[in-house]
Amino acid sequence: MEELLKVTGLSKHFGGLAAVSGINMEINRGELIGLIGPNGAGKTTFFNLLTGVYEPSEGLIELTVDGKKQQIGGLKPYKITSLGLARTFQNIRLFKSMTVLENVKLAMHKNAGYGVFSALLRTSKYYNAERWIEEKACEYLSEVGLYRKRNELATNLPYGEQRRLEIARALAAQPTILFLDEPAAGMNPQETDELTALIRHLRDKYNLTIVLIEHDMSLVMNLCERIFVLNYGQLIASGTPEEIQNNEFVISAYLGEEV
Amino acid sequence: MEQFLQQLINGLSLGSIYALVALGYTMVYGIIKLINFAHGDVYMIGAYTAFFVTTYLGMGFLPALLVCMIVCGILGVLIERIAYKPLRKAPRITALITAIGVSYVIEYTTQFFMGTTTRTYPAILPTTTWQLGPVSISYIQMVIFSVTIVLMILLTLIVQKTKIGRAMRAVSADENAAKLMGISVDNTISFTFLIGSALAGAAGMLVGLYYNAATPLMGMVPGLKAFVAAVFGGIGSIPGALVGGLFIGIAETLVVAYGSSLYRDAIVYAILILVLIIKPTGLFGKNEREKV
Amino acid sequence: MAKQVLSKANMIWSGLILALFLIVWVLMGAGIINSYYESTIFTICFNIILAVSLNLIVGICGQFSLGHAGFMAIGAYSAGIVTKMIPNLGGLLLGILIGFAISAIAALIVSIPTLRLRGDYLAIATLGFAEIIRICIQNMKITNGAAGLMGIPKLTTWPLLFFAVVISIVVCTNFVRSAPGRACIAINDDEIAAEAMGVNTTKYKVMAFVIGAILASLAGSLFANYFYVLNPNQFTFNKSIDILVIVVFGGMGSMSASVIAAIAIGLLNMWLQQFTDLRMIIYGAALVLMMIFRPQGILGTWELSIERFLKNRKLKKERA
Repeated sequence: MEELLKVTGLSKHFGGLAAVSGINMEINRGELIGLIGPNGAGKTTFFNLLTGVYEPSEGLIELTVDGKKQQIGGLKPYKITSLGLARTFQNIRLFKSMTVLENVKLAMHKNAGYGVFSALLRTSKYYNAERWIEEKACEYLSEVGLYRKRNELATNLPYGEQRRLEIARALAAQPTILFLDEPAAGMNPQETDELTALIRHLRDKYNLTIVLIEHDMSLVMNLCERIFVLNYGQLIASGTPEEIQNNEFVISAYLGEEV
Repeated sequence: MEQFLQQLINGLSLGSIYALVALGYTMVYGIIKLINFAHGDVYMIGAYTAFFVTTYLGMGFLPALLVCMIVCGILGVLIERIAYKPLRKAPRITALITAIGVSYVIEYTTQFFMGTTTRTYPAILPTTTWQLGPVSISYIQMVIFSVTIVLMILLTLIVQKTKIGRAMRAVSADENAAKLMGISVDNTISFTFLIGSALAGAAGMLVGLYYNAATPLMGMVPGLKAFVAAVFGGIGSIPGALVGGLFIGIAETLVVAYGSSLYRDAIVYAILILVLIIKPTGLFGKNEREKV
Repeated sequence: MAKQVLSKANMIWSGLILALFLIVWVLMGAGIINSYYESTIFTICFNIILAVSLNLIVGICGQFSLGHAGFMAIGAYSAGIVTKMIPNLGGLLLGILIGFAISAIAALIVSIPTLRLRGDYLAIATLGFAEIIRICIQNMKITNGAAGLMGIPKLTTWPLLFFAVVISIVVCTNFVRSAPGRACIAINDDEIAAEAMGVNTTKYKVMAFVIGAILASLAGSLFANYFYVLNPNQFTFNKSIDILVIVVFGGMGSMSASVIAAIAIGLLNMWLQQFTDLRMIIYGAALVLMMIFRPQGILGTWELSIERFLKNRKLKKERA
């Protein structure tokens, strides 16, 4: 097993408040990881640290890129994305004025392979690259079952489809590791089942490592191979779904101290 | 040195006027996040109102000042109710374009009726000048200082001690929470415009008397400068507006005295850009962050 | 590639553009368009270039600039000064290129620090920069200060200007329909999401800003060589607002809307010429009403597209 992401002593303070403190974590290539914890436990802050939205107060985040370890903590989000880390957002952030297809195309821009001059002069490079981008984008949309809706405005999609479009868009950034922030939020049980199958399929097809934050325990227990539990910004447990289900710290974190 | 002190006095009087205008910008921006482009024009209306009541009604200084403040305060509330209120939920750029539109309407309506001629004032203040050692202070400069200080104290009392002042602070901190606490957000915003515009009206009268001139477009540049002062002090901060106003006034006066009067406006914009680059929140500003 | 360039839509466009060009040219030659109407048409053309380039910055990329007149001034003075020394087309070309270089550098200097700012702060910063440019022009010897430049040769002809307009529109539309253009639209929609999808937001904002500035400079250069005289007061904040009004009225984000609005407002201005003061009041009131009742502009983000028209017709035929 190859180590892909290593987090050492990661902390983030907002003023005097420690939203995340002293987290250590190792994630191997190809794993499906769940990140759980009560509301306000620091899960999204942790994601934001890893994806560059926030700068860590302390600690290291190392990503293995082309066999070499690289410190990514504090880099700008677009840099981190170009090193192979893509994400979705808990509060859906699709591009409102764009169609479904354009949303996906946008994420491929770093692989467009042509510059602004080719774009202005419409060289053959531009036409070839645009054709490739279109084909590829359609492929990603087919994966999440949105190909037929490609020309609709992204914001006109129903909620569950918007979540899947976020996944397609993140996929189009061609990541090695994918972060999904509450991908099943607002979905009905049938949609959640489909999502579970989809995530597993994408992991296998694109050789992805996937980390997801989720409140739907059946999805997490069913899908994830390893689970990390955060509470009050600290990592309180980690292990397989069975281990987590029987961990007393986790149970007390969720149900309150007196249990 | 003597000349420097003299320029400092001149700078402080100009700065006091900027400070009064800057207060309106800072309060309005603090509460609805809008650069009220028309604020400089409210100041212009203040200067014209003073011209009318002193020339045609023969009012003395204090009654005229009061009338200016009332007229401009009402104008500010009207502007808010008619042009900005429908846009409270709109993107900031939409509101900003509206503000530019309002500014055009006020400027050119005034020009339409008053023409471009410069209006001058009757002598309602003595032309006495006091000699304080090496520097001289004119009567009007003393008036500017006193009015500014009195209005600043009044404003601080209103904001800190009264119910409506608390409401203003609550709405600017969190509009929705304020609403849930039973504060009428609409009335609070209107009140903010009332106070800010009244201060601009006072400033307009003072500047009209100081330079003995009122023109329809006189509010544009000082309006922008006062905004720069507000940014310099930290937008949303009342002491910031005072410090920023004085600083801009002094800087501008010194550039005219020791550099070239041609660059008097350029220095203000240069200060603005430097502040925005180095510390966009200004001297007393607070940081805000978008939630992801 | 040849197939894509010579597509049916592109051919129809070229035909229409050529026809428009020839009709106006013939009418000018025949004297049916007199010099008064000619200056209106030329003004409209300058405004089209200015509006599409500002739309690129404001409408597409969402960076609210109030300093477009500053870049126009740079182009105008560069060309004005150079053509006074070299009064021929070579001189004009040199002047235009110098204008490009200076405005691109100025745009870089302005944009790199200020584009970090959001919305309204950026607006004020760009306004400040444009004013600084104007004040510098007002105080320099080479520009003849506040008195302005006079006796600039009239080198801007209809074919030249028309060509510049077409190029500007093509540059802007091509940019919008490319990966860098999509990046700009994404920044406008949601900067945080764009950055998370790998868009270097600063780079693309600067790119849009620089392209917009260069085109504004082009408009300025041609402007200078049409009206003989230049004076710093032609490039105040009001000029920037005039351009903004066109963009906002047409619809932010739509290039065709900017073109149509430039023409409509140009004709309206010709008619309102006799009441200058009233014109500004109407402008202001229209801005307010527009923002309250139709903030997306008359045409919104709608684009005139022959390609879509052909596609729709084909679909209809297939169905029939």
